Amino acid sequence: MSIDTVDAPLFPLKRDARCPFDPPPEYSEFRAAGGPKKMRLWNGQHCWIFTSFEDVRKVMTEMRFSSAPTTPNFPMLSPSREAVLSTQPTFIRMDPPAHGPLRRMFTREFMIKRVEAMRPRIEGLVSELYDELEDKGAPAEIVHEFALPLTSTVISEFLGVPAEDRLFFQEQSRLKMLMDVGPEIPRDASARLIDYFDQLLKKKEADPHANDDMLSRLVIDHVQPGHLSHEDAVAHADLLIMAGHETTANQIALGLLTFLQNPDQKELLLGEPALLKSAVDEMLRYHSIVQYNAPRVALEDVDINGHMVRAGEAVFALVAAANRDPDAFECPNKFDITRNPDNHLAFSYGVHQCLGQPLARTELQSVFGTIFRRFPGLRLAVPFEEVEFKFDHFVYGIEALPVAW
Amino acid sequence: MLKVTINQNLCVGAGMCVLSSAEVFDQRDEDGVAVVLEPYPPERLSDVVRGAARKCPALAITVEEVTDAGAAG
Repeated sequence: MSIDTVDAPLFPLKRDARCPFDPPPEYSEFRAAGGPKKMRLWNGQHCWIFTSFEDVRKVMTEMRFSSAPTTPNFPMLSPSREAVLSTQPTFIRMDPPAHGPLRRMFTREFMIKRVEAMRPRIEGLVSELYDELEDKGAPAEIVHEFALPLTSTVISEFLGVPAEDRLFFQEQSRLKMLMDVGPEIPRDASARLIDYFDQLLKKKEADPHANDDMLSRLVIDHVQPGHLSHEDAVAHADLLIMAGHETTANQIALGLLTFLQNPDQKELLLGEPALLKSAVDEMLRYHSIVQYNAPRVALEDVDINGHMVRAGEAVFALVAAANRDPDAFECPNKFDITRNPDNHLAFSYGVHQCLGQPLARTELQSVFGTIFRRFPGLRLAVPFEEVEFKFDHFVYGIEALPVAW
Repeated sequence: MLKVTINQNLCVGAGMCVLSSAEVFDQRDEDGVAVVLEPYPPERLSDVVRGAARKCPALAITVEEVTDAGAAG
């Protein structure tokens, strides 16, 4: 079967603005039809869209697909995404054998026990931010007054990035996430971030023992011995700061709004705190915020559960669709914190599964384990219809979430 | 009984196994690669260990049924 037809529908598809928690409604039609759906990108390139849980899992563990944007025919979602993906590659955009050794320079930092040791500090920050919200008084805006300050501070302290620079890296990272803008916007934002981390890494290289933080350890263990170039260290610092604050902040805001719209689930959690772990996994599954993950291109012919993807063909294995597959999750469109969906694919799957997931989970557990007890009357301060969603961002979220209590 | 092994060359250090059971799995301090603490986990952890193998993103965990004699050997 060839994908060289001209009439394939355009990808990405849009969400139904009336159902902002749900992925585009076409995904369930595609899934029900079986096999992948042939679609077309902005530049005319065709791609296969996989939407079932088993297919998406299979694509993500199949080493004959490339994750490297430098591989011919790698699918680009828009000109702005193409600009972002043309910057210095990091391990998330590499294939074996280059991928493993580079990722392993960072894995120990995100080990479960090391992140667990950070939990008291994270809980302390959450508590301080609650105090600030209370002191200032309602209404408050959760995204910029709570979620971003929390996640930015956590990742800054962890990496050793001055926390006072957070408004700079938040804004530049936001610009890099925009899908439907000219390529110069994310390209310029990337350049500013690279300049910033170039300067910061130079300072750390000049005196790596001055501070005990992740970037200083990276310099001592990998840059100075010559395993990692300065340029690669800069690119990875940029990756970690963005992946470390933007995604989790979006998940906090979306998760909170979802609880406010589902008060029965909020009551369940309040009544049974042991549901916290399941509740966090459920919000990760339900929202699957990296909405167009994962792009791949076949290096050889690959059979995906009976469908042959030919060498050189592009695919998207959509985690946002897989996590709503009724064959994997009963009543998948219901937000149900009792289901313990710990096999979800929100952090991706395969060798590229999110490195920072222990940190994201700990932050989410620190927030959702306390926020409804600290603010029992927490409520949306505007009508739901007025909440602005990040439809045109690579990572889904909410622009602003005004609340009162 | 069950026998658990990890292919450390495949492991990507995501820590999913440790989240499943910190009794059976740990991560090496130097690089976060997973290690098996209990190669023959007790019966009560069988489901958890099978779940850990299913959730491992790198498909690095093997769980097999062995006889007690095999375990002793």
